[in-house]
Amino acid sequence: MSEIIISILLLVGGSFVLIGSIGLVKMPDFFMRLHGPTKATTLGMACLLTAAMVFFSVRVDGISAKEVLISIFLILTAPISGYMLIKSAIHHKLPASEKTKGKNNIEPD
Amino acid sequence: MRVESRFRWLPTPFRSFLLFAVWLLLNNSVSAGHLILGAVLAVVIPLITLPFRTPQPLILRPGLAFRHLGLVLFDIITANLQVAILILGPNKKLNPAFVKVPLDLKEAMPITILASTVSLTPGTVSAEVFPWAESLAPGEEPEQYYLLIHVLNLKDEAELIETIKSRYEAPLKEIFQC
Repeated sequence: MSEIIISILLLVGGSFVLIGSIGLVKMPDFFMRLHGPTKATTLGMACLLTAAMVFFSVRVDGISAKEVLISIFLILTAPISGYMLIKSAIHHKLPASEKTKGKNNIEPD
Repeated sequence: MRVESRFRWLPTPFRSFLLFAVWLLLNNSVSAGHLILGAVLAVVIPLITLPFRTPQPLILRPGLAFRHLGLVLFDIITANLQVAILILGPNKKLNPAFVKVPLDLKEAMPITILASTVSLTPGTVSAEVFPWAESLAPGEEPEQYYLLIHVLNLKDEAELIETIKSRYEAPLKEIFQC
C-alpha cells in the first residue's frame, strides 16, 4: 500500500519538476521563463519530499519529519532567488517579449 | 504595529517558536531531553542575538497568521496547477504584462512577505518595490510604495490588483496591525 502512495507522489513530483524545466526552455523571454522555476518546481519538490517522508516513516521505526524543514526552506528561498534574478534582469534592461504590456510601469534608474 | 514584545525575556515570540520547532524537527524526536534543550535554546538564542537585529514588527494576530499561512499554501498548489497548464499550452495565447500595485504597507518585513507570497501564487512574480531605497534622501519617508509584478497571463489588471490587495495584503495588515 505504502509503495503505491510513494510511487504516485514520486511520479507527480517528477512531472511537476519536468514541467517547470520545460517552461524554462520553451518560454520566449527571460521574465516569462522565471515563472516555471519559481512555482511549478516548489510543488514538485514538496511531492518528492513527502514521498521521502512516507518512505522513511514506513521503513525505519518512528515518524520522519525532517523533510518538512527542507520544504520550508524551499518555500522561503524560491521567491527570494526569483526576486534577485528579475531585479538584475530589469537592471540590465533585458528585452521583454513584444506582447508584454505595461513596460512603462518600470521606473527608469 | 508594535516592535517591543510584552515579555522582556521573550523579545521575539514567533522566532522562538520557530527555533523550538526547527530543533525538534532536526533531531526528529519529541523526547523530554530534546523538549527541554529546545525550549532553553529558543529562549536564549533570541536574547543573545537581539542587539544585532533591526527591530521588526511583531505578529500580533497569531491565529489569523496561521489561517493566512493555510490559505497561501492552498494557493501555492492551485498556482502550480495553473502555471503548469499555461506552460504546456501554446505560447501565443499568453499575455505577459508588468503591473504596478500600490501598497498600503510601509514596513520592510510585511512588504517582503507580501512580495514572496505574490511570487509563489498564481501567474505572478514580484519584480521590484518602488521607490528605491537609494533614490530617497536619508530619513525620507515616501508617501506610497508600489510593487511591480510580472504577470504571465494578464486578463484584467484592475481585478488582479484587487485580488492581491484583498486576499494577501489585507490579512498581512491585520496580522502586523500596521
